Amino acid sequence: MSAAGSSETGGHAIDIETIVNGSAVRVRVKARQHLADFLRDELMLTGTRLGCEHGVCGACSVLIDGEVVRGCLMLAAQADGRRVDTIEGLAQSGALSALQAAFAERNAAQCGYCTAGMLLTAHALLAESVPLSRAEIRAFLSGNFCRCTGYQAIVDAVEAVLMARHGRTPPE
Amino acid sequence: MKAPDFRYARPGSLAEAYALLAEHGDAAVPLAGGQSLMPALNMRLSAPELVVDIGALTALRGIALDGNAVRIGALARHAEVLRSPIVAEHLPLIAEAMPHVGHVAIRNRGTFGGSIAHADPAAELPACTVALGARIVLGSAAGTREIAAADFYTGLFETARRTDELVLEIRIPSRPEGEVCAFLELSRRHGDYALAGVAAVARFEDGRMRDGRFVYFGCTDRPKPAERVLRATLDGPPDPDALSTAVAEDVDPADSPGLRAATKAHLAAVLTRRALSVLQQRRAT
Repeated sequence: MSAAGSSETGGHAIDIETIVNGSAVRVRVKARQHLADFLRDELMLTGTRLGCEHGVCGACSVLIDGEVVRGCLMLAAQADGRRVDTIEGLAQSGALSALQAAFAERNAAQCGYCTAGMLLTAHALLAESVPLSRAEIRAFLSGNFCRCTGYQAIVDAVEAVLMARHGRTPPE
Repeated sequence: MKAPDFRYARPGSLAEAYALLAEHGDAAVPLAGGQSLMPALNMRLSAPELVVDIGALTALRGIALDGNAVRIGALARHAEVLRSPIVAEHLPLIAEAMPHVGHVAIRNRGTFGGSIAHADPAAELPACTVALGARIVLGSAAGTREIAAADFYTGLFETARRTDELVLEIRIPSRPEGEVCAFLELSRRHGDYALAGVAAVARFEDGRMRDGRFVYFGCTDRPKPAERVLRATLDGPPDPDALSTAVAEDVDPADSPGLRAATKAHLAAVLTRRALSVLQQRRAT
């Protein structure tokens, strides 16, 4: 799994092997294409969004080897040998069911543009397996921007799922 | 906002990486975690001919206790440093700083060495390396060398690293018995770039501070150790006015868009008072 062309000159395009949502993908990618663009434009996985393309808004969130990352801050080439999971794969697997239900119940999505990123980040929060205060939930989610909801409903939804996991009842 | 065209190489060994950097000089840029380089590429603030992805250089990974020092590999991810029991036990200042480094997605990719090499004035880790008397180990085709953190950060986003060199690891001496630390940062929102920050260590004897280091960041162009602040605090609680003056002189801020020098000096003084309070509390426990 190495760059096309000799390592003395490098290549403008690179052959990579990656696993995307559980399926093997072998493809040549442009060196300068970031992972979010690759997923959207080459694999038609448009659930991953572009918001700022410099890593602050979180709309491009995906999982690499199970960990949430910014898709706009990785080159597609860097997915070589890695496992990539997008909102499509995670939703289909059922891993996000509790969060999705809570989001729907609490009106935590309006336009939905930030939602994939919010769900993936909330999924990472739940994976930390520790009860968090509301302030800590807000801090954890502060790398994901929402222009519509004002965040309260999103925090409510994540808090509800988190508390249910730890056997507690969320406030009304 | 798409990156300009460039060639990409992913060397499998340090020797290969050194050869690429030596051959291409300023036209090549190393890619580690990408959390600072990728924004620069996407916004076309950087336009290298060759991106050298050093992610395969496993020799640069790992966090280890080596005698009286902790060695943090350049490619250690922030998330690994944050979870590291070695760092928690031996480098509490860094353990305290890590949750302030970006957000979880940034920490899953960003690297310790990358933060050091990028030398963002608002970054937490460069200031910690100065406060802890760390040594930066650099390597190139010409060999390896070490440089004290205090001498490494030479200006705004500037370090002593030559373009043909890679940061290999950072060596931080284990802390002396009884040393306490405080890390504080002010930002508009959690995870934002620091407006002002201080990384401090101190040793107390008989209730008085005997030595320490206060290093400011965020309101400065590079980590700034504060000599006057230290002098003002040694041997007893400092006079508040004298402390504010010392902070302003040590930080010596400049106006920047959105934040005046006077505001920076004020924020730094607020953090200094809080840091002193934290250090006092921790001394007592």
